[in-house]
Amino acid sequence: MARITAGIGTSHVPAIGAAIDLGRTQDPEWKPIFDGYEWVKGWIKDNTPDVIVLCYNDHASAMMLDIVPTFALGFAEEFEPADEGWGKRQVPTVYNHIELAGHIAEQLVIDEFDLTIMNDIDVDHGCTVPLSLVFGQPEEWPCKVIPLIVNVTQFPTPSANRCWQLGEAIRDAVRSFPQDLDVQIWGTGGMSHQLQGPRAGLINPEFDNAFLDRLGNEPDDLRTITRLEFLRESGSEGIELIMWLIMRAALGYNVEELYRFYRVPASNTAVGHIVYKTPE
Amino acid sequence: MRTRLYPLEDLEDIPGTKVFTAKRSRQAYHLHKFCMSLMKAENREAFKKDERAYLDLFRMTEDQKQAVLDRDFYQLIELGGNIYFLVKLSNTDGWSTQRAVSSMTGMTPDQYAAMMREGGRSPTGQRSKRDRN
Repeated sequence: MARITAGIGTSHVPAIGAAIDLGRTQDPEWKPIFDGYEWVKGWIKDNTPDVIVLCYNDHASAMMLDIVPTFALGFAEEFEPADEGWGKRQVPTVYNHIELAGHIAEQLVIDEFDLTIMNDIDVDHGCTVPLSLVFGQPEEWPCKVIPLIVNVTQFPTPSANRCWQLGEAIRDAVRSFPQDLDVQIWGTGGMSHQLQGPRAGLINPEFDNAFLDRLGNEPDDLRTITRLEFLRESGSEGIELIMWLIMRAALGYNVEELYRFYRVPASNTAVGHIVYKTPE
Repeated sequence: MRTRLYPLEDLEDIPGTKVFTAKRSRQAYHLHKFCMSLMKAENREAFKKDERAYLDLFRMTEDQKQAVLDRDFYQLIELGGNIYFLVKLSNTDGWSTQRAVSSMTGMTPDQYAAMMREGGRSPTGQRSKRDRN
């Protein structure tokens, strides 16, 4: 049977991708950020899964203009990096695990999630920056990736609790997949940041650290954070953190926190990163 | 009637923030269509060659076109825009996202970068216009 063995939370700041692609990871501005990912780069070598369910938001690269799905699942055989206005990132193509993706898509709809199926999308920095942060710069990504794309841009986004429920449904779906697969789930985006208007640059370390503190063993407290509270406390783009709740819910209770990192800033954003292991 | 956790008007109560709603998305649809067209290299070249002529291919309002020509990101947000679309424009110009974002704050890029290095903008006093907290 397939099982979810670990979860990773990480920010997906585009400037981090640019720093990697331009060879600036050791610049004084960037080194402290990349130092915070050295641990996971070592850990993943011995813990590379067969498949990652990667929760991210599309930044008006493949959707959001003509189609605004609340929850969308990537269902192409492969996904090319998107050209976000300065050419495609020179990173490997992302390959899907079609059998598991199809199974999850079916199970989620049966569990009353009205999922959108994306048969042809490019993946933007929301997907590729976390892969780069964890795997570095390989010729090919070392595992399959199922993109799960969440609307966190156009209000109203799904609620924190709805994301939690989706994570639980993903957990059930993976556990009912007959093939023996090691699956990880990644929740990306955040932490606090605001990219618009006179309030841009907002960072709230107290909110972010309370979120990280509770995520492991008191995650139920986070399910009741309202959209308004996310906007007020963590900035207009900080609401991306709801995708960490999908990840966390998919792990079940009694997780072990293996690693945590928090640093301000990367470009406009507070960077958070956490790694959980599920019980054997 | 179901009860709601808060009145939707409260979304207008956050200082210096425009919450990107379906209505704003519609207001900016053609602006955003222009922005997403810049995801193709040939369109970026056509735009750079004659910005005004390229903008006239889109059903944007004159205000939106002028704000693009002025690279007035504050105004583009006021006119319904969302940053994830608008960075296609700043990326085309070779600007960092930080530079585009900083231009909406009334600070210089250097002042903004210094604020971020020092931990960013504190939420104190930035949560609610009404409560001034």
